[in-house]
Amino acid sequence: MDKLLEILKDIKPDVIFSSEKKLIDNNVLDSFDIVQLVMKLNEEFSIEIGAEDIIPQNFNSAESLWLMIQKLQD
Amino acid sequence: MVRIVTDYLNDSARKYPDKIAFADEKREITFDQVQNEAQHIASALIDRIIFKRPVAIYLDKSVEVLVGFMGAAYSGNFYTPLDTAMPVSRIEKIIDTLKPAVIITDKAHEQAVKKFASFSEILLYTDLMSVPCTAEKITAVTDRLIDTDILYVLFTSGSTGTPKGVIISQRAVIDYAEWVANTFQINSAHIFGEQAPFYFDNSILDIYQTLRNGATMYIIPQKYFMLPKMLFEFLAEKKITVIFWVPSALCIMANLNAVGKFPVPSLKKILFCGEVMPNKQLNVWRKAFPDCLYANLYGPTEITDVCAYYIIDREFSDNEPLPIGFPCKNTDIIVLNDKNEPVTGEEKGELCVRGTGLSLGYYNNPEKTEAAFVQNPLNQYYPETIYKTGDIVYYNKRHEIMYVCRKDFQIKHMGHRIELGEIETAVSSVEGVDQNCCLYDTEHNKIVLFYTGKADEQFVIEEIKKIIPAYMLPNRKNHLQKMPINLNGKIDRVELKKQL
Repeated sequence: MDKLLEILKDIKPDVIFSSEKKLIDNNVLDSFDIVQLVMKLNEEFSIEIGAEDIIPQNFNSAESLWLMIQKLQD
Repeated sequence: MVRIVTDYLNDSARKYPDKIAFADEKREITFDQVQNEAQHIASALIDRIIFKRPVAIYLDKSVEVLVGFMGAAYSGNFYTPLDTAMPVSRIEKIIDTLKPAVIITDKAHEQAVKKFASFSEILLYTDLMSVPCTAEKITAVTDRLIDTDILYVLFTSGSTGTPKGVIISQRAVIDYAEWVANTFQINSAHIFGEQAPFYFDNSILDIYQTLRNGATMYIIPQKYFMLPKMLFEFLAEKKITVIFWVPSALCIMANLNAVGKFPVPSLKKILFCGEVMPNKQLNVWRKAFPDCLYANLYGPTEITDVCAYYIIDREFSDNEPLPIGFPCKNTDIIVLNDKNEPVTGEEKGELCVRGTGLSLGYYNNPEKTEAAFVQNPLNQYYPETIYKTGDIVYYNKRHEIMYVCRKDFQIKHMGHRIELGEIETAVSSVEGVDQNCCLYDTEHNKIVLFYTGKADEQFVIEEIKKIIPAYMLPNRKNHLQKMPINLNGKIDRVELKKQL
């Protein structure tokens, strides 16, 4: 989870990821951020985030991202 | 012969009254409804004896904005859409230049508009719907219009901090609409999946093709451009046949490995414009949708969206550049070198445009107009204007136009046209900033700010957020101790580039 927060902070240093629950719904992340994030997560956690995984339920918060990562690692 | 764009709407409303013309997340509106609601708006303006004046529209992207456009057109006025996400100080600069007679808005934005409305009357869309109108009242006005009258003014980034209003006539839009329809065989069966904001002229392709041909246009929710499954399912569900997107949108989908994952059997034509389209991502699309027609369209706002195009007719390797191609029919392109002579062979020069599509100039800004719209140097016999685009190009061996780079500091970022000078002007105004310079890291698509002074990075960003839109904010900030200066006493951009 720490590594995830580090990656998120790198992409958007001004956002408080521990509390932000609407990263997609509130347009905190834009499309370019998503591309970067997917790339970095794939690399860091040796997973393959598919296009069908890029949905608000998975990307709206750091927690939901972490759940998605864990699921993909199985 | 089509004289004014409302002729297109009248025609389509007559032929396909109950067909969906435009749709957004909330509403689907037929041609009859567009005509009807637009005429109510026109009626209100005619009652106020507003004629040949600017009509500003401050609404979120929606079908109502398009109705507003037609309302302005039916009353013999011209329209300017305003971005509701723009900081107030920037809107104020636009209002100051444009001095609109009215600002059309809704209850949700009324308070915001009051902050900058100045001398313009504020009109609420829903109120306008109850203004009585007759066809004769409208015709009495539109009969007086001629094709060189202004249809819209769109504002673009200004290097000295003040946005420039590009004036486009009825005739220019009609010429463009005819060219698109003929070149890409657009008819009433086509369905557009529209991407661009309405203050960006890529949108006029979709809008006027829909009006001219009795086609249908779905406004794709902005959010879908980062949610690939939703985007492609939307395209498939609405049976979209044509997309005309900015390359960034196509690249994002390719980079997210989404292209080809979700079928869109209806898709026939993939057109793009506004930035360099890398063949690496284009090839991903071509592989997934091999039967589609692909075309690279090129042109600045000042020539009515597109002046050159290239219909993809061969294979390209990932690293090859894509041609800009050839001038549109009824458009002339002249590439001039430093001596104002047409280039020869593969010599590089500035792409200049001649023809009906030319903007009539920058609204209320004779200085900037004179600098960019000049007498054709190849013609000494009568007044003839060309527009100097600032794009450096050359002709390749196939005589296709190839883009090289900009002459100045204008960039394309996330599909937006930005003058780096506009960002620099904003940063200069921040207390505690001494010198600053903005560069663009093309490899990583990032706007990079270098500055000196006491102010810390957070403060600078907070302050400039009040002046420039979100998409212009620097992605990387370098707070330097000292700014490198070159031999001319100016900021050494070459040195800064090394630090990217």
